[in-house]
Amino acid sequence: MSKILIVAEHDKGIVKKVSLSAVAFARQWAAKTGMSYDIAVLGQNVGPVAAALTAYGAGAIHVADHADLAHPLAPTWAKVLADLALDIGADVVVAAATTLGKDILPRVAVRLEAGMASDVIGIVQTKEGLGLRRPMWAGNLVGDVIITTDTKVLTVRAAAFDAAEATGGNSPIKAFAAQPDAAKSRTRFVSFDGVQSTRPDLAEAAVIVAGGRGLKDKFNAVTEPLADVLGAAIGASRAAVDDGFAPNDYQIGQTGKVVAPQLYFAIAISGAVQHLAGMKNSKVIVAINKNGDEPIFKVADYGLVADAFSAVPELTQKLKALRG
Amino acid sequence: MKILVSAKRVSDPNARLQVAKDGKWIEGDVEYVMNYFCENAIECALQIAESQDGVETVAVGIGDEDTARFIRQGALARGIDRGIYVAAEESEIDSDLIARIYEGVVHRERPDIVLIGKQAVDGDSNQVGQLLAEYLGWPQATFASKVELQGDEAIVTREVDGGLEVIAVSLPCVITADLRLNEPRYASLAGIMKAKKKPLEELEIDDLDLDDADPKVKVVALSTPSGRKAGVLVKDVDELIAKLRGEARVV
Ligand SMILES: Cc1cc2nc3c(=O)[nH]c(=O)nc-3n(C[C@H](O)[C@H](O)[C@H](O)COP(=O)(O)OP(=O)(O)OC[C@H]3O[C@@H](n4cnc5c(N)ncnc54)[C@H](O)[C@@H]3O)c2cc1C
Ligand SMILES: Nc1ncnc2c1ncn2[C@@H]1O[C@H](COP(=O)(O)O)[C@@H](O)[C@H]1O
Repeated sequence: MSKILIVAEHDKGIVKKVSLSAVAFARQWAAKTGMSYDIAVLGQNVGPVAAALTAYGAGAIHVADHADLAHPLAPTWAKVLADLALDIGADVVVAAATTLGKDILPRVAVRLEAGMASDVIGIVQTKEGLGLRRPMWAGNLVGDVIITTDTKVLTVRAAAFDAAEATGGNSPIKAFAAQPDAAKSRTRFVSFDGVQSTRPDLAEAAVIVAGGRGLKDKFNAVTEPLADVLGAAIGASRAAVDDGFAPNDYQIGQTGKVVAPQLYFAIAISGAVQHLAGMKNSKVIVAINKNGDEPIFKVADYGLVADAFSAVPELTQKLKALRG
Repeated sequence: MKILVSAKRVSDPNARLQVAKDGKWIEGDVEYVMNYFCENAIECALQIAESQDGVETVAVGIGDEDTARFIRQGALARGIDRGIYVAAEESEIDSDLIARIYEGVVHRERPDIVLIGKQAVDGDSNQVGQLLAEYLGWPQATFASKVELQGDEAIVTREVDGGLEVIAVSLPCVITADLRLNEPRYASLAGIMKAKKKPLEELEIDDLDLDDADPKVKVVALSTPSGRKAGVLVKDVDELIAKLRGEARVV
């Protein structure tokens, strides 16, 4: 029987929620095609990650545990993933559309002579067969595409698939004897400068407080207290990142992260198409901007035309008081 | 040293886009601009060429006839030495075929670095650089926000989820440019004049010895997503809180 192979991303021994969205995609694809799905865990000392994945209905959890896989360097990871896909006879390889997925999966596609679709948001029946829906032109259009090769590779947009729930069961964990060949990859990991934060991940947060260029050097002073009260993640427009008020990891939009929280605050953000591409599927959008003509108000459920430097602290204070 | 850079034209993502009648691509009469990420790639190549001797830069553009004009105006006029235009029907190529065309060009030109955009802002696939690197068996450094050459290595800072990663890749390699890599320059008047005389080779896909010219991914239908409706304006913070608690029940 044909199989889907899901690439599980993890951080500090914990499976990322975005990968559970890839599992959700696989369940939908499996329901339409009769396929089953397996999960791949690559890295070093990844036993706990594999163990945490046994309750998601996979046929097997394949573990490639190797020192050369400690950092997700594309040529090395791609080789191991393609070897594994061939070994288990996978017809579909899927990962979340994170920077890791986008970096590595195209190389897997070449190795498997597969066509690849990026950033999939849905499965559609087209007149030429089962297709995939994906945003194009910064989300101004959506395309229904079909991959014509027998083997298919794709990344899925986590914001479009609710993370799969554990269903119980006990998938077997199988060791995969990876041969990463790191030297041949001619790629060397040098360093990683991570953003330290105790806040929820942007991809996982129920509430996001996003700030734009208008906040200037008061970006943190305005966004942090509100995020504290709401237990929210903090995001930013590209302009706020370009100007150095927020780290690149905060960027939301066409070239940043795509999010769909329950509640999104766009504070001093004008609402350029590239920003909207990353947040317009949020459930409730609040815009606070001193200029009532900005395009952000065309997508906001609640708009407040006000100076953020006074309105946001007032909002923060009042919400805090309400929460006791 | 030789650097190959990309010069792709894209329909302006800010313009109103009209889906063609067959639903598979967009209809003519749209504004075209240079793909933003290609501008960053071109700028990076120019900076490398300015910082050391003996660097030749070559721009590659694939697409409809008008692409040749973009190579001249967007790449050669900015200072790239020469261009290669490969004719192709834009609605019938996918990232994989683009990567194989690049592979064909790499076999002819033998560059040390291929510097291209991380993403084309029409198809938004973010694949070509990675596909090309695997076809060539080369290392890759994607989503670059800083590139430094040291001996036969490129030290590249990459914008990834969670922060900034630095990797070293040995040449020859593929690097894909992110927007914060640099501020692309404008073409000067002198540059525009000079560009008119720079060599611009025109090729057909057939000239490149590909096994086939079939795309692996086909667009079957394009459509406009259903938009979001504008909501209401509230008069002050108190009303906003009341709405969020009462109507939306989100705080
Ligand atoms: C290829 C490409 C990709 C891109 N990708 C992204 C992306 O991923 N994400 C992204 O965000 N952008 C992206 N952009 C950039 C995008 O086009 C906009 O330039 C950017 O989103 C603008 O950010 P901003 O709204 O913070 O800044 P601006 O457009 O400068 O808006 C600032 C806003 O702040 C308001 N303001 C100022 N002071 C106050 C105050 N005191 N109180 C209240 N309001 C105030 C102003 O009225 C204005 O609306 C991309 C662009 C390109 C070309
Ligand atoms: N038709 C083309 N001509 C030249 N370069 C291209 C073309 N299509 C894509 N590219 C390059 O490949 C990058 C990634 O494209 P994509 O993977 O399709 O999003 C783009 O940023 C360009 O630099």
